[in-house]
Amino acid sequence: MLKTLRTNDTALMILFSLIVLAGPLILAPFGAGYPDLMQRFAIYGIFAIGFNILFGLTGYLSFGHAAFLGVGSYSAVWMLKLLSINIVPAIIFAVVVSGLFALLIGYISLRRSGIYFSILTLAFAQMSFNLAYSVLTPITNGENGLQVELDDPRILDSATGPGQLPVPSLFGMDMSSTSVVHFLGMDLQFNVGFYVSALILIAVFYLSLRIFRSPFGMILRAIKSNQTRLNYTGFNSRPYTLTAFVISGMYAGLAGALLVCMDPLAGPERMQWTASGEVVLMTILGGAGTLVGPVLGAGMIKYFENIFSRMNDVMVHDWFSALPGWLNDVLTNVISPFLGSGWQMSLGLIFMLVVIFLPGGLVEGANRIMNRVQRPSKSGPVSGPVDRTTTANSKES
Amino acid sequence: MSNYKLNRRKFLKGSTVLGAGLVAPTIFTRSASAYTNEPGKGSVVLGFNVPQSGPYADEGADELRAYKLAVKHLNGEGDGGMMSTFSSQALNGTGILGRKVEYVTGDTQTKSDAARASARAMIEKDGAIMITGGSSSGVAIAVQSLCQDAGIIFMAGLTHSNDTTGKDKKANGFRHFFNAYMSAQALAPVLVEHYGADRKAYHLTADYTWGWTQEASMIQATEALGWKTVKTVRTPLSATDFSSYIAPVTNSGADVLILNHYGSNMVNSLTNAVQFGLKNKMVNGKQFEIVVPLYSRLMAQGAGDAVKGIFGSTNWHWSLKDAGSKAFVDSFGKEYGRPPSQAAQTCYAQTLLYADACQRAGSFNPCDVGAALEGFEFDGLGNGKTLYRAADHQCFKDVLVVKGKENPTSDFDLLEVVQITPVEKVIYEPDNPMFAGGSLGKCNPGV
Repeated sequence: MLKTLRTNDTALMILFSLIVLAGPLILAPFGAGYPDLMQRFAIYGIFAIGFNILFGLTGYLSFGHAAFLGVGSYSAVWMLKLLSINIVPAIIFAVVVSGLFALLIGYISLRRSGIYFSILTLAFAQMSFNLAYSVLTPITNGENGLQVELDDPRILDSATGPGQLPVPSLFGMDMSSTSVVHFLGMDLQFNVGFYVSALILIAVFYLSLRIFRSPFGMILRAIKSNQTRLNYTGFNSRPYTLTAFVISGMYAGLAGALLVCMDPLAGPERMQWTASGEVVLMTILGGAGTLVGPVLGAGMIKYFENIFSRMNDVMVHDWFSALPGWLNDVLTNVISPFLGSGWQMSLGLIFMLVVIFLPGGLVEGANRIMNRVQRPSKSGPVSGPVDRTTTANSKES
Repeated sequence: MSNYKLNRRKFLKGSTVLGAGLVAPTIFTRSASAYTNEPGKGSVVLGFNVPQSGPYADEGADELRAYKLAVKHLNGEGDGGMMSTFSSQALNGTGILGRKVEYVTGDTQTKSDAARASARAMIEKDGAIMITGGSSSGVAIAVQSLCQDAGIIFMAGLTHSNDTTGKDKKANGFRHFFNAYMSAQALAPVLVEHYGADRKAYHLTADYTWGWTQEASMIQATEALGWKTVKTVRTPLSATDFSSYIAPVTNSGADVLILNHYGSNMVNSLTNAVQFGLKNKMVNGKQFEIVVPLYSRLMAQGAGDAVKGIFGSTNWHWSLKDAGSKAFVDSFGKEYGRPPSQAAQTCYAQTLLYADACQRAGSFNPCDVGAALEGFEFDGLGNGKTLYRAADHQCFKDVLVVKGKENPTSDFDLLEVVQITPVEKVIYEPDNPMFAGGSLGKCNPGV
């Protein structure tokens, strides 16, 4: 039993790595194979995985996780400005700072649970947003956003060419450098920044897998299923929730740092409550408490935000150009409100459908399909081949 | 257990090899084009990145109308608009350099993060050769520096901060619109003439780069003519209700309120100020006055009766009678049934200027296009004789001082031109302290 589980984990890791690394090839047919969006998939995947360690395992719903993303971004830009354009110190510093910030906020917020915890984290995040927006303008540059400038000291770097801003790089490899390969009539864009994010995504996915399978992860799950009972048995659960909170804060800080490594600008809107809500949506859409769910959810939401929002009625008109004129007009009028600036409407619809019919998220949907395919050959209950925690969790929630 | 470890090692080995294999092409291959997004034979793509949501959404919508109209005219459809009055006749209605002009649009959401994501998608996914747009200087500056890094020309739309062509200027960025310093230089003498030299001003300022430089420019210009500044207060760009900022004005001893606000910010703050009865107040034995340094017809429309008698400055107004303006207003009116705003005019002009520069340079290479724009003198785009100064990529032209009309004859006839301040009065040296601190750097063709 234990052995099959571990082989399954290995298979999962290999499959996950393969899919992530082959990103440009897989995403190109969907119009999503360009560096900016692929980087976002990987980075928000990291953010959602981290959020899932807190929400999926302990059940504590933080509504202020964007604060850590923002803190990570700002600290990373400062490192890029002061120390070096190399992304390594920026990432390390961002993870440390957001970890400390999470420790502070977690220490206070975790004195309460349930809705009170959510409200506390929301309040802290909104406070951070307002601070970044107005009071802390010397550090954050307010509404303008903090950018890498020409006259920054960057004490570890030698001077770059006159008047040219350096691009964030990893030991000389520019994050923005891309090579285009023609393959089956598509332009595949292999981008350094994406592969850096992707390798980090795979590493932190492995870390989250280890946490899920560890005794520590078991305690976090116990907290989710019944914290009161745990406390009555004389077990102090707060250090564990605090650890989970700090870990997930560090994941968010890492994601924030990567965002500015790919595009060196940090704005306060990154910390707004909508950004905190977004990661909750990602996790629930993909499947809270599952391993791959949050990554799927992150990809889905970013795809909608970047692809659907850029479709307009002219394009819709073109899709149906084969149909008679009046039918074309009717279809265009019906569909176009859900595209372009209305992309959030279609996302909302899909979110509602998922929550109503697939409470376990997209992963539950995938499992149901797999079960249906496998049922004729096998008899008896079959657990999901990808992820054993899914079935357990969907029973709980 | 050992079996498991072996598996993990195998996995690590495998993934390393795989990773190396997939990353390898990024190191060994280089794309062959001479600059970023070199267009093919058939068509060329322009990226229109405007706010479709947020406080500047109205301006963004009008900008987009102007861009679409400009593309039509460039491709030889419609009546050609200002192409016939433009002093340079390099454009011939066959697109740019024989390529059909296509476009993609994006929503900046008036947020620098979202604007950069949208611009990157245009560059990386749609292959846009030029990005244009704006309506918030914070966004314009953020996108301008992105374009500089990516090797794309940025033709700034409506951005009025001194910093866009001041401390944040970039070699790949060009601005046709005027700026806060010019507004202040044109407006201050008119204010002193009408309201007297002994005035105390109170500033409410949008809290970002445009508001800051607008406030600094107005303080400098009015204090030079004898005014005093009582207080300056910063308001967040996302604010929609300004009553709590207006209330203290009445007890501050100030007799002029200067609203360094734009878009729906200005509509709301001006409406609040009028509701508080500021326009009918007497302070220090003088009539209380309100000034809006940067005015637009769209805002006047939003604020309704509140704008009557209020002074401000603008880049262009549809009631101008020169041939270029008339051609543009005709063409825009036929297409959309309304006169264009100043945002529409500057965006239309920028698109034509870019196309013309490509045509004259015979290339889409950002460095060649930049060289064609630098020091370019032109006329017939609605602002009279205009110079694209090479030192900071800023256009210099006459500035209009306008006033809210007391008796408007139509929904659009809301502003009257009080004075056309000639360019000599508002021009400045590139090293003016308001603009100092940045450098253009070198033009970047990307790749």
